[in-house]
Amino acid sequence: MNENDKTDSLRLPDAGTLVLSSSPHISAPETVRRIMGKVLLALLPAVAAGVWFFGFRALLIIVLTTVFCVGVEALWCWLAGKPVTATVSDGSAAVTGVLLALNLPVGVPLYVPLIGAFLAIWLGKQVYGGIGNNPFNPALVARVGLLIALPAAMTTWTPPRGMMEEPAAARAFFDPDTFKQLQGGKVELDSVTCATPLGVAGTTPKIIDSANPKAELNFARISQDGQLFDYFIGRRAGCIGETCAPALLLGALILICFNLINWRVPVCFVGTVMLITGAVNYFFPGVTPPALFHVLTGGLLIGAIFMATDMVTSPITGTGCVVFAIGCGVITSVIRIWGNYPEGVSFSILFMNALVPLIDRWFVTRPFGYVVRSREASK
Amino acid sequence: MNDLIIAGILMGGAGLVLGAVIGVFAKLFQVATDPRIALVTELLPGANCGGCGKAGCADFAKSVVAGENLPGKCPVSSREQVAAIALALGVDAGGGFPKRAVVRCGGDFEQVTRHVNYNGVADCASAMLIAGGPKGCRYGCLGLGTCARKCPFGAIEIINNLAVVHEELCVGCGTCVAACPRGVIALVPANAAAHVYCNSPARGAEKRQVCKVGCIGCRKCAKSSPDQFKVDGFLASVNYEADPLPGAAEVEAAACPTDALLTAERHLFIERNEPEGVAK
Amino acid sequence: MNKSSRGVMTFKGGIHPAGNGKELSAGKPTQTAPLLAKYVVPVAENAGKPPVPVVKKGDLVRKYQLLAEPSGFVSAALHAPTSGEVTGIIEVPGSMGVPVTAVEITADGLDQGEAPFEPLSDWRDTDPARLLERVGEAGLVGMGGASFPTRVKLSPPPDKPIDTLILNGAECEPYLTADHRLMLENPERVLTGAAIIGRILNVRRLFIGVEINKRDAIDALTQLAGGYGVQVVPLAVQYPQGSEKQLIKAITGREVPSGGLPMDARTVVQNVGTAAALADAVTLGIPLVERIVTVTGAVVNPGNWKLKIGTPVIEAVKFAGGVTGEIGKLILGGPMMGFAQRSYEVPVAKNTSGILLLPEDEALNYGSGGCIRCGRCVQGCPMHLMSCALATAIESERYDLAEANHVMDCLECGSCAYVCPARRPLVQHLRRGKAEIRKRRTAVKK
Repeated sequence: MNENDKTDSLRLPDAGTLVLSSSPHISAPETVRRIMGKVLLALLPAVAAGVWFFGFRALLIIVLTTVFCVGVEALWCWLAGKPVTATVSDGSAAVTGVLLALNLPVGVPLYVPLIGAFLAIWLGKQVYGGIGNNPFNPALVARVGLLIALPAAMTTWTPPRGMMEEPAAARAFFDPDTFKQLQGGKVELDSVTCATPLGVAGTTPKIIDSANPKAELNFARISQDGQLFDYFIGRRAGCIGETCAPALLLGALILICFNLINWRVPVCFVGTVMLITGAVNYFFPGVTPPALFHVLTGGLLIGAIFMATDMVTSPITGTGCVVFAIGCGVITSVIRIWGNYPEGVSFSILFMNALVPLIDRWFVTRPFGYVVRSREASK
Repeated sequence: MNDLIIAGILMGGAGLVLGAVIGVFAKLFQVATDPRIALVTELLPGANCGGCGKAGCADFAKSVVAGENLPGKCPVSSREQVAAIALALGVDAGGGFPKRAVVRCGGDFEQVTRHVNYNGVADCASAMLIAGGPKGCRYGCLGLGTCARKCPFGAIEIINNLAVVHEELCVGCGTCVAACPRGVIALVPANAAAHVYCNSPARGAEKRQVCKVGCIGCRKCAKSSPDQFKVDGFLASVNYEADPLPGAAEVEAAACPTDALLTAERHLFIERNEPEGVAK
Repeated sequence: MNKSSRGVMTFKGGIHPAGNGKELSAGKPTQTAPLLAKYVVPVAENAGKPPVPVVKKGDLVRKYQLLAEPSGFVSAALHAPTSGEVTGIIEVPGSMGVPVTAVEITADGLDQGEAPFEPLSDWRDTDPARLLERVGEAGLVGMGGASFPTRVKLSPPPDKPIDTLILNGAECEPYLTADHRLMLENPERVLTGAAIIGRILNVRRLFIGVEINKRDAIDALTQLAGGYGVQVVPLAVQYPQGSEKQLIKAITGREVPSGGLPMDARTVVQNVGTAAALADAVTLGIPLVERIVTVTGAVVNPGNWKLKIGTPVIEAVKFAGGVTGEIGKLILGGPMMGFAQRSYEVPVAKNTSGILLLPEDEALNYGSGGCIRCGRCVQGCPMHLMSCALATAIESERYDLAEANHVMDCLECGSCAYVCPARRPLVQHLRRGKAEIRKRRTAVKK
């Protein structure tokens, strides 16, 4: 009787809906998709800056690359019989796409993003088994692949908006004819090509003999104070997303606030490059431009903030990350100072990516309960 | 053009010289091996399943040549293959009757009641750690496919959350028997046509609560053909030492009330043609 | 001692579960559940050997009467939670998923019985051996979760000197408030228990660690603690603060060596609930037959109930007014380390601290995605293990690699799987690895 009274007011559970699983039974709100969303958010300032400096075509390249990357990932999953929507919706392909686009010059032919997407997603990621299994950063694999396969397309630079504001400072990056035409207003800025600061530095013959002032003068010509400020703001030639330092630093701030990256990685990476190039410049000014020039040109900032910090391809522990970042910095400096390529960030990160399993093995955390407590024990 | 020719000559020359060097050293430092080992390895199936207890086919070939094992120890090779090896080595073939694996459970999603939803690692041994597995029955196949993934011959299919052995592919190597955390899989003579698809020693009433096709120990089969079936407690089984082994006629005569006793063919047919079930 | 940035004791690692569900029942005073018609008292729920039933079907039992006696050293006695008739020794679903033997008692509605042991109100002068004997007689087990017989824990081997007792009032599991209410409502019982255990172990340093989110309980304990020689230690709100090893580290700064027990750090840790039950057993002479259980989650009226051992979970759900939505998981214990159940017929055991009906949308849904190596699990591991690398090794059956990377030190606290953004079933992988390695070790010994 008592039972009957109760059943009207009581809702009793049905054992049929119960799920059996291992503990724990609750989780933090963070998911892979949310992480990728936050990374995209952090990339937004760099995207905006790229569009501002390089115009509508930059947006076209970014959208196209992202769409290609997502599409190519969906194609792979479909061919491999993996769940398509579940894989694509984690957002990692979109992040790879945006990152790759930010690492392309704005003037690339439109088939370059497509080839890049295949290189990044297929060769860089899915052949290893998809997200989490790739040893190398997919966007960098694509960038380096394109750089080697299509060197002309990948090193034809378009000057950004505002580059001619101080013609004297900009003179070094144009060939003399183009510069004359620009000054005469005969051609538009976005219809000509120019050199990047690193390109100019790279083609300068390097002579350790300090009696040869030519290289030194050349370096001085591209690293005056006003020019360094231009480099900082983004008024220099380069890939879509690598030029504007404030936007990249804002992205770094977002990543650090969301606890997505270890701040030690960009700091150690950039710090190492500054230290080495600074020291070499101090003792042999004819060999390389000053440290600040190296930090503000090329892809050092975007590499240190967005590429070297990629979770999948960087070490797990904090100490490991520091070692990884310092290694990146050393290799970047070596390539930039003594190598044939003007830019070494991509290669250095890829090289260190390959060492990550070793770093992970060397720098493990000390487990709880493995301490030698001589003092405590003798008490 | 000139460059091409020079490059071709250089590369070709280098290849020739290095090839000659390798050839000379290969002859100089040759390690003498028994050519019969290579021969036997060639004759073995090459699946490296480990069913013989050796590290692989080459290892087994070595032991056969050394006289430690008889060729018949290989559970995978057909009689003809075994005979060929025995003939080549001039030894006794040895070995018993070929075996096949059988999953002694008929409890797919359709048949098992009280099967709760499971969320976790798709591996039987891991699932066993969570409250003994999601299946209502504590002895049945968990259906997460650990055996199917381990089978070197792809002979096990998971149909509707139940592992089913395809007899024509199975060679009786026993890899699945070792992989199954519940010990549901057994090796039986390859010519056995009928099996009892239940592995639960629990009481009949208890089994009825969790499974529609469990053996309830009614002894009908043992009564109809006492030589070919035996009942131990609440679980009937085929007497695989009987001669002849039970076939379709004996299964028919036994008229198992729960369909736990079936011919392998009929079992596969039922599993294949059942509607897709979901966990209840 | 280890101070966190806020100046309270803590350890390194661990996680901070946000919105931890305690607000549902923390403010609810403990209620005594009405008498039920039937109880199924599980026999085999303690760690170690199951006790042997000494009653049979048809026997009339009085409340507190012995139902099952210990079958060895690591075993605990079991007593009748109420008076009535034994209507069967049956099998019921156990909290670990496998059926267990249980004594079914049909209550006579009188709930009568007399204390079977002599009250030792002068315990301060009683021989410690006599007190220890009482702990065994009363069937006390660790009420925090492991259900380890308390008498064994309080009998350390002579080569392991003990100088510190820590009462575990951290209650770091989200949702659970049973220990909180106990410390708030009966601080004197908890402290009496602490002092008695201190006498049994002959230790002077008595601590009781409480997370600072239970400020009222800390105040209640602190007011009385001086009289019992106990020091109340506020702890940071950090999971798993209530894990023995982490608690010892936080309060004493000692690290229990790998593979060791708290006694290897000269410490004994007891749950506050166990201490209170121990105080009852000594001062009132009654065995452990009921405990405070938090019934919470998607129920109409979440709260804390004093439930008799053997109360089926479904009855506890009825006390809480039924359910309010779709239930995803039924969990005995807390959401981090508790066990998912397949049936509502499971009876409350001595170690059931909570009955959590987790709504479908709050329950963690494990995925099959790969590890993205974000390292959150490594940061969160209180044992400082490389959880993700271990899980990957175990997934590919590299048990040797997992063993070399200290998988056996894993507490299975769940911090790694809680923070994993890929929703990998890390704890299950690690459990599998541990089980496999244990199997291999015993095989080698043979």
